[in-house]
Amino acid sequence: MNFQRILIANRGEIASRVIRSCEALGIETVLGVSQADLDSVPARLADATICIGPPQASKSYLDVKKIIQAAISTRVDAIHPGYGFLSENVLLARECLQAGISFIGPSEQQLKGIGDKLQARKNALEAGLPVVPGGAVDNIDQALDLATELSWPILIKAVSGGGGRGMKLVHGPEKLAENMELAMAEAGAAFGDSRIYLERFIESGRHVEVQLLGDGENVIHLGDRDCSVQRRYQKLLEEAPAPDVRHDLRLAMQKSAVDFGRHLEYCGLGTVEFLLDCDREKFYFLEMNARIQVEHPVTEAITGIDLVAEQIAVAEGRKLRLDQSEISFSGHAIECRINAEDSSRDFLPSPGTVTLAQFPAGPGIRVDTHIEAGSIVPPYYDSLLAKIIIHADDRPAALAEMRTALRNCRIAGLETNLSMHEQLLNDPEFLRGGVDTAYFTRFTHATLTPGQRHV
Amino acid sequence: MKLTDNDVQEIIRLLDDSAYDEFQIETEQFKLILRRAKTEQGGWSQQRQTLTEPDLLTAADSPSEGGLTHSPKPDRRDEQEVQEEGLKEILAPIIGTFYRAPQPGTPPFVKVGSMISQDTVVAIIEVMKLMNSVLAGAAGEVVEICIKDGEFVEQGQCLMRLRPEQG
Repeated sequence: MNFQRILIANRGEIASRVIRSCEALGIETVLGVSQADLDSVPARLADATICIGPPQASKSYLDVKKIIQAAISTRVDAIHPGYGFLSENVLLARECLQAGISFIGPSEQQLKGIGDKLQARKNALEAGLPVVPGGAVDNIDQALDLATELSWPILIKAVSGGGGRGMKLVHGPEKLAENMELAMAEAGAAFGDSRIYLERFIESGRHVEVQLLGDGENVIHLGDRDCSVQRRYQKLLEEAPAPDVRHDLRLAMQKSAVDFGRHLEYCGLGTVEFLLDCDREKFYFLEMNARIQVEHPVTEAITGIDLVAEQIAVAEGRKLRLDQSEISFSGHAIECRINAEDSSRDFLPSPGTVTLAQFPAGPGIRVDTHIEAGSIVPPYYDSLLAKIIIHADDRPAALAEMRTALRNCRIAGLETNLSMHEQLLNDPEFLRGGVDTAYFTRFTHATLTPGQRHV
Repeated sequence: MKLTDNDVQEIIRLLDDSAYDEFQIETEQFKLILRRAKTEQGGWSQQRQTLTEPDLLTAADSPSEGGLTHSPKPDRRDEQEVQEEGLKEILAPIIGTFYRAPQPGTPPFVKVGSMISQDTVVAIIEVMKLMNSVLAGAAGEVVEICIKDGEFVEQGQCLMRLRPEQG
């Protein structure tokens, strides 16, 4: 079927981004907005808006009933959930099906096989992927046995977890019981599922992920991205392709991701995350994300493909337009996430009103944003203000152009992490490429002045 | 229930002697806001709204959704209004949502009567998906908790009052 009208159940820059692809495809957009976002830029860009409730996300963007009601009221053919919020929500996928509305994402069954981390591990093993040694534990005796077998330190993870929540690093048996109880309590409160599992802790790892696109029969990959620059599991800068990865390892990761997608008979856009062990030159399956990701523009830059348009196409029931041999990669792309947070004050969130917003422009520069002078950045949602994406012939050129782009970016009225990005782009270790996920902590300790060292 | 202009006048008369600058009443049928105008000394401005149609999507949430885009301003009491002398206020260090407990369903950090020290975590304020611990900042006994769990607070708003430790 051809979608005539889509409800976008999201906000911020990704709402603007989805509207842009819909416009190109000739699809009408309805944006579901909370009261805090009635005057936002995406609300203006959309063909229509519908208020889905008060500012608190739990009463608007996270409320499945309201989203479904809004979709029925505005007679849309499909719902695009963006990222975060309800993007991987099994209930929304099910309710969509029952209401006869397409969910732009994988099936309920596939969401379950990915969202449950133990189920995802099992699927990965069945598809022949390497996983970090570990497994499920129900009680402390089992956990002690498994941890001893894995060797310390170990990581406790929540089965329904994500974004680093509920994760605990344990260095020895004496702290295991205490941390297990804590992790189970946290997981139960945060995800309504207190199940946990253990994994061996990899000391020095990089976060490398592979972009997948499937139509339920065929699955192709669109290359890899490196997202190792993270603070508390929040990505700050991403690049494509992942720098300084041995060619055979890169090909093996891409093949593993496709194997995983084929095993699931995956239909939609998705990302398979790997932990690349720098010391042993091995990689492990971490998890899969069944949605468009924040960092998708770097992949779009090096492939020239509109990922949102392809995602909509497979949701319409179309077969893949391209096969693997038609995907080619050109140059290097970097994305900096500009957040409303004060990097000189322990990354304190800084909501408020934007008084000035000047973004860089020129060949090879892309800015995905939802702010302009006068925009209100509410305290209810995440702090992402804009993404600056640079595409150049190679990594050194992309780094140089990003430095210029950042200098030409001015946001006033609230604090941002622009200066942190400028410092990052002058840091020798980062410039060499291939930093691990522990790098950013080292960087902030070395760069920020004493008294601000809380990472 | 019908609210006539005479009723409004009656309410204004009752409130005129009070120390408050703003009065709000909300029922399922109407919302009435009275504000003492800053420019006209002692005068009241009146804003009345009849809520006839319940919000299609959010009837259960709050009657203020019929047209107002901002939640009512939080109650900012003056220092002079502190009932007991010498009480210390714990102020919100940051704008955000106030939580009294570390997780939903768990006991609150502190209750009225709790003895706390300077470094006691008394609450969490969530802003932009980040949880920030609020420290007591002074030792003493909690005598009042001014904000309900899950309410939105402005930076500098009084969260709790405590009676400082003697000596």
